[in-house]
Amino acid sequence: MAESKSIKQKLSFRVEPRLNEPPAWYPSVVSFGAIIVALILGGVLISLAGGDPFRSYQHIAKASFGDTGVLSDTIVKATPIILAALACSVAFRMKLWNIGAEGQFIMGAFGASAIVLAPVLPAETSRWIFIPVMMIAGMAAGAVWGFIPGYLKAKFNVSEIISSLMLNYVAIAWVNFWIFGVWTEGGFQMSPKFPDGAWLPRLADYAKAFPIFRGLTTHLGLVIGIVAAIIIWFIIFRSRWGYEIRLIGDNPHAAQYAGINITKNTILVMMLSGALAGLGGMSEIAGVVHRLQTAPIAAGYGFTGIIVAWLAKLNPLAIIFVSVLFGALILAGREIQPSGIPKMIQGIILVCLIASDFLLRYRIRIVRGEE
Amino acid sequence: MDFTIILQAGIASGTVLLFATLGELFAERSGVMNLGVEGMMLIGAMSAFSTAIATGNPWLGVLVAMFFAGLISQIHAFIVITLQADQVVSGLSLTFVGTGISLVLGEGLSKAGTVSLLPNFSIPLLAQIPILGKIFFTDQSILVYVGYLFVPLAWYYINRTRPGLHLRAVGEYPSAADALGINVFRMRYFYVFVGGMLAGLAGATISLAVSPGWFSELTTGGQGWIAIGLVIFAQWDPIRAAIGAYAFGALRRLILDIQGPLLLLGFDNPFYYNPYLGFFLQMLPYLFTVFVLVIGSREAMRKRIGAPAALGNPYVRGERGK
Repeated sequence: MAESKSIKQKLSFRVEPRLNEPPAWYPSVVSFGAIIVALILGGVLISLAGGDPFRSYQHIAKASFGDTGVLSDTIVKATPIILAALACSVAFRMKLWNIGAEGQFIMGAFGASAIVLAPVLPAETSRWIFIPVMMIAGMAAGAVWGFIPGYLKAKFNVSEIISSLMLNYVAIAWVNFWIFGVWTEGGFQMSPKFPDGAWLPRLADYAKAFPIFRGLTTHLGLVIGIVAAIIIWFIIFRSRWGYEIRLIGDNPHAAQYAGINITKNTILVMMLSGALAGLGGMSEIAGVVHRLQTAPIAAGYGFTGIIVAWLAKLNPLAIIFVSVLFGALILAGREIQPSGIPKMIQGIILVCLIASDFLLRYRIRIVRGEE
Repeated sequence: MDFTIILQAGIASGTVLLFATLGELFAERSGVMNLGVEGMMLIGAMSAFSTAIATGNPWLGVLVAMFFAGLISQIHAFIVITLQADQVVSGLSLTFVGTGISLVLGEGLSKAGTVSLLPNFSIPLLAQIPILGKIFFTDQSILVYVGYLFVPLAWYYINRTRPGLHLRAVGEYPSAADALGINVFRMRYFYVFVGGMLAGLAGATISLAVSPGWFSELTTGGQGWIAIGLVIFAQWDPIRAAIGAYAFGALRRLILDIQGPLLLLGFDNPFYYNPYLGFFLQMLPYLFTVFVLVIGSREAMRKRIGAPAALGNPYVRGERGK
């Protein structure tokens, strides 16, 4: 790679490894540039597919940030992504490729729903009891789903990439069994609606006291997500455990020599990751869907979380902001034709982002004249 | 329930996994893991089907599928070989891109009507063999027979030819291969392309032969991921890959067919009387993949064999120890 491309040209490019750290603003600028390039590439593909890229992007902007109502909807879409991306970020930090956040998210929704539907708590239970119990159940179910690939990785060196992904499909079939076979409402593919106590409070609920909140759907899940992000930030950057996780991720050999238990941490981090994704599932089911139903839960939040985590450079606080951007993309995408466009743009953004990391490790020098 | 019919259909369904698994096997043997198989298969399935509809020629569909999927694979090749980025994340992003592009370009394709499919035929003489002839050589798609040919050819190529030796060298010890004058970068680009073409062929096998049509993401339903798991189970050996692929194909068919009959082995068929149990059947291929991975990984640990030594590492000229 280090050789120049050509000697014949007058101007040639030379790629050299960076010897010192680039300035602090540089990574953000490169990421931003990558997104711009991705949007341009996406636009080219949209027009190749017979669409109008300018109208598509304009539509995305208007349908997601146009007024407080849609902005609130954007934040609602961002909420599950925050938690799913946090889940991915803690695992990726240790170079554990948990791509099963989707399944853990679904199981979290299932666990939380089971509290209402089994029923573990009676329907007239107060919100103050319902919500914490559902949160714990969702996190527990997600953690179990994260434990399986973590345990298999730690004990048998089974690739967590494949095992966690396979469990996504198992989770969907599992939830389908319950909503079709056990908790179905009149033969439809969904459970009955949850009682009010199992709903996360929304801004609109306080419209009497604050008229400005009328019709706003943003719910308590946003607060849960932000608090979770802050807690994860402290765990990763300010705790001994977080230090161990980062050390294993950066240099597993050094970590081993330092006496860090990699087996234990593999299982624990996968469980933490699963619990966060499960909490996302709980937030979505109690804040938006209000019943157990497969389609709105298995909507790909776990996969979007992977991209968001990477785009935010695994930083828990940056995840919040990147999630809002992706929430906008998903929200606007519902009306865009062809319907695959948001997914395609997400993919292209990730590709450009990974490619742009090259610019963080290498610099390109333009060399004048002949060598 | 006639088991020979299930196995016969299972072989056809396993051919999809066979192509995808062999493709990934070639890429990984050269040291590049490509998690984009699912996306490349979708690209293949979509482009094969739409080409066949547009031109009426399924053969052209197969060619376009292989070319387009191979082209898409080069995104991954560029990012991980030239830009030396992480192979896991890049492969994942390839799946996103492949899925997205195939959904965009495949819009409306599901209602586009029927196409002329690839021909099915029986092999004379071989079809007369009792039981086996019925399973392997009767009324199969031509791609199934192509699959039979690929397995020994792939094995021979990797283990007995000079380019195969180079392939293994690049995956095991790229700096030594480089010192011998083998162009590591070009070889890796090439085998990622081969992997992409075979994934595209796998997609075309679905949409033009095994279960014809375009059903957006459900067309592949995670088979690309199963193929990646099968490569590990196969210990990077084409023969074992074939066994795994056909076994999985048979399992998929069995799951579809087991819910039909009233009686199962002389008893009331529980899957007929309680259709909701079918959801547990749907889990089986995925659970079985995990199970097979555990077996493969334990075996690899015990025998100290396994992944090509350089799998997942970018090759940087002049760096030691890679």
